[in-house]
Amino acid sequence: MAGDIAVVTLGMLAVAAGIAVFVVDSMARATFALLASFLAVAGILLALDLVYLAVVTALMMTMEMAVMAIFMIMFMMNPAGLMPMTMVHNARGSAVAGASVFTVLTVGIWTIDWPARQGTQPDDATRQLGESIMGGHMLVMLVIGIGLFATIIAGTVLATQRGRYDRFGPELDARRPHDPVAGGLPR
Amino acid sequence: MTLQIVLTVAAALIGVGLFGTLSQQSIVMVMMGLELVVNGVLLAGGAAWYFLTPSAPDAQMLIVVALVVMAVEMVMGFAATIAIYRARQVDMVDMAKDLRG
Repeated sequence: MAGDIAVVTLGMLAVAAGIAVFVVDSMARATFALLASFLAVAGILLALDLVYLAVVTALMMTMEMAVMAIFMIMFMMNPAGLMPMTMVHNARGSAVAGASVFTVLTVGIWTIDWPARQGTQPDDATRQLGESIMGGHMLVMLVIGIGLFATIIAGTVLATQRGRYDRFGPELDARRPHDPVAGGLPR
Repeated sequence: MTLQIVLTVAAALIGVGLFGTLSQQSIVMVMMGLELVVNGVLLAGGAAWYFLTPSAPDAQMLIVVALVVMAVEMVMGFAATIAIYRARQVDMVDMAKDLRG
């Protein structure tokens, strides 16, 4: 019973924080509202006996939102409330889309004849996940690894303003780097 | 605590996230909406594992994939935001309409 109340409370907190993300004025505050939503979801995962995934979610999202807060301040649209402006476009259509998706999903959730629980819960959900990662679901992990590596490279390429081809020419044969300010490292 | 309650919370998160993704002008706020949608997927995966198939690890793998999707989405989103801001000082989706396609 206590678990039920905790899950319902955390669920309401998660949704309320999610709504707050798009209600608060400051984009930095929105970041921390999103963090609260993630932490509430991690709490529900904890109540569902997914200890490892709950901890990973909490840690990863805390760091992610800490990084995100920096970007939010960089790209803030209304810094310190000094530039009041509308941050939304097509709000009515978006609200209709969001509400209709929620309605369709909710109607489905409460009308579907859900199957009964299959099998029993393992003693340790983390062991179950680890054994599947290193066993039957190893392909998923391989794809994730390659995907993350590709993300590192692509992110670096996109975010780099000037690379070695900008500095030393297409053949990398310039004797001195072509820099806007002299003094950069030579080849 | 039933499957339906947790899934309803997940549906609400997905709905709110979709609203934010479609309505926000700032590119970084659009990414916040996408994160909220994946947050709902995370919750739905956990509910599916606990209430439907606790003996199979598939739903847990779905959560792992969703977490990775979040990380990749954020990295690539910020990289693209920085690239387009550096190229032409664009930080709102309405200013990059020529990218539609």
